[in-house]
Amino acid sequence: MTIQNRDEFLNQIAKSLGRPVKTKVERPVWKHAPQLEVLKNASQDELVEVLKQQCQNIHTTFVQTDTANLPNVLQQVVTDFGGESVITWNDERFEKFGVKKLMEIWPETGIKVYEWNPDTPKENIRQAEQANIGITISEMTLAESATAMLCSHPKRGRAMNFLPQNMIVLIPKSTIVPRMTQAAQKIHQQIEKGQQLPSCILFMSGPSNSADIESVLIVGVHGPVNATYIVIEDQ
Amino acid sequence: MMAMKTSDEQFKERVEKNLNDSFMRGAISAAQARFQTRRQARVEELGNWEEWRAHGEEIRKHVLENLDAYLYELSENVEKRGGHVFFAKTKEEASDYIKNIATQKQAKKIVKSKSMVTEEINLNAELEEIGCKVVETDLAEFILQLNDHEPPSHIIVPSLHKNRRQIREIFAKAGYDKSEQPEEMALFARKTLRQEYLTADIGITGCNFAIAESGTVTLVTNEGNADLVSALPKTQIVVMGMERIVPTFEEMEVLVSLLTRSSVGQRLTSYVTLLTGPKGEYETDGPEEFHLVIVDNGRSKILGSEFQPILQCIRCAACVNVCPVYRHVGGHTYGSIYSGPIGAVLSPLLGGYEDFKELPYASSLCGACTEVCPVKIPLHQLLHLHRQKIVEQEGKAPISERLIMKAFGLGASSSPLFNVAAKVASPIMSPFARDDKITSGPGPLKAWTEVRDFPAPNKESFRHWMKQRQKGEKS
Repeated sequence: MTIQNRDEFLNQIAKSLGRPVKTKVERPVWKHAPQLEVLKNASQDELVEVLKQQCQNIHTTFVQTDTANLPNVLQQVVTDFGGESVITWNDERFEKFGVKKLMEIWPETGIKVYEWNPDTPKENIRQAEQANIGITISEMTLAESATAMLCSHPKRGRAMNFLPQNMIVLIPKSTIVPRMTQAAQKIHQQIEKGQQLPSCILFMSGPSNSADIESVLIVGVHGPVNATYIVIEDQ
Repeated sequence: MMAMKTSDEQFKERVEKNLNDSFMRGAISAAQARFQTRRQARVEELGNWEEWRAHGEEIRKHVLENLDAYLYELSENVEKRGGHVFFAKTKEEASDYIKNIATQKQAKKIVKSKSMVTEEINLNAELEEIGCKVVETDLAEFILQLNDHEPPSHIIVPSLHKNRRQIREIFAKAGYDKSEQPEEMALFARKTLRQEYLTADIGITGCNFAIAESGTVTLVTNEGNADLVSALPKTQIVVMGMERIVPTFEEMEVLVSLLTRSSVGQRLTSYVTLLTGPKGEYETDGPEEFHLVIVDNGRSKILGSEFQPILQCIRCAACVNVCPVYRHVGGHTYGSIYSGPIGAVLSPLLGGYEDFKELPYASSLCGACTEVCPVKIPLHQLLHLHRQKIVEQEGKAPISERLIMKAFGLGASSSPLFNVAAKVASPIMSPFARDDKITSGPGPLKAWTEVRDFPAPNKESFRHWMKQRQKGEKS
């Protein structure tokens, strides 16, 4: 861990600004805060509706279910994507949502299942690269932009969000907030408390896309080609 | 070739060449229209866009006034998380540091995601010189790289000037033999580049916003390539312009919202990725080594000067997408990696008047750029300020201005040139009279946009304008 050339660099900045070097500054109280007005008093059900509408704009399939029916819904979505092979996190929430058992019987029905494993780095990438479907869980979900927040962890790899062809994100209804503002506030508070951030926090809104060829929207470039969100009534 | 500079041709020659490229002009005009429509929808739905802009402006101004303090905090936090920070005063220092890492790692292959600052420091050529294979993974940059390292013509969509038929021909060089359908061509890029990520030794990305409070780097993307570039290779190098920093996650969020709405008309892009240091101890992907290279390369000279507001820029290209001059002459005419109004202000500051003194004249001062800027940079006023400086410095109207006049003058004899001369000429007439009119804001814009296909004035009025303009130069 090194920091090189900092003093000289910062001195030059201070010189340009016509004052001595500062290494500390208080963040001011801002005059404006328009971001707090967006979906300000929306209920949880209204946020779900906003999320659902926005899914159409980002080429993402929206499905809603209660916890009891989640295994059936997940089975259907996996079947619709053609089954074959699934990669998931090693995450106790799958058990909590009642889909762990479903995942355990998939191999018997011809669907390969691989769990991200902290002990086998190379195999993780190999499996993710070959997997037809990736299944993850959103930590916080932004209604305005239909965005899932996914955090890296020894049992939850980064590349898993990008290498499989199809992406399924489980979205507990309780995780839905109006917009990125609320997620940023929460993360900021965690930092102030001295908590360590995950090395990668990903805000993902639907499948990858590009408009680099004649401004024509192409859905599915380097990351997933298709995405389905399953909103779970968990409250 | 210099890093900023993309052409050794004279400005006048570039104007003529690009005006006669009707494919390119059609592509740009259509793309501008699409960008504008999308942006407008996303801006209007908020209902209080002016307040958003005011917030964006106050954040950026505060950061610039306290840039040393925020860079100090950032570097401390990157180090705390096990990353390395290198402050590079010049582009040579930046590229030398990165070359050293490549040499130490015995890197054969380097994958990159789109970054304007790495273009600025001429990084690809430098790395190729020491024997590395450098692969651009953004679809547009992949296209340009295959086309013999063609320079970008737009800061968001570097290949904006290319049509699908041309792209198909470029891909054929790499063995592509299918149709010119964008989806099919993108699939080819996906397959080709997948292997590159998996076998690369180093990943290099830019940085949309660094976050001081945590040492985090924000990447705002749609394709997913930047995430693979940062997840798979063992070493990651992030290169950032020194002004691209915010205090906390809360300001990052606001600026990302301004950026995605202004640039591509999306509420958010598909991916907003926040990377803090190397991978955690027990994580199996992500880089083992993390380097942040913070580049000055002329920015500290802008800081504290009358041009300081240009450092507020968040590189959204909204100004490029409304600029009538850009629409007619295209990105390559600017001869800089930074084109459009932002490029016309920034290129002479970073690259010097010697190479870029014509650029401030590649504007009608209509003020459309200023009106759309999400962080309220007074772009057309800065362009005018450049013109004043250039005249002051040269002691008279610069020869370059005459050259441009001649280029536009020549236009009267050929149709595309004449059209642009007319379109550029007309709105310039009112602001040309006095400074106070120019600084009074984007008033003339209204007249400009209300008459989209502005009728070309007859030769008399154009000649009259030329005469007026020549008088103005002498006084």
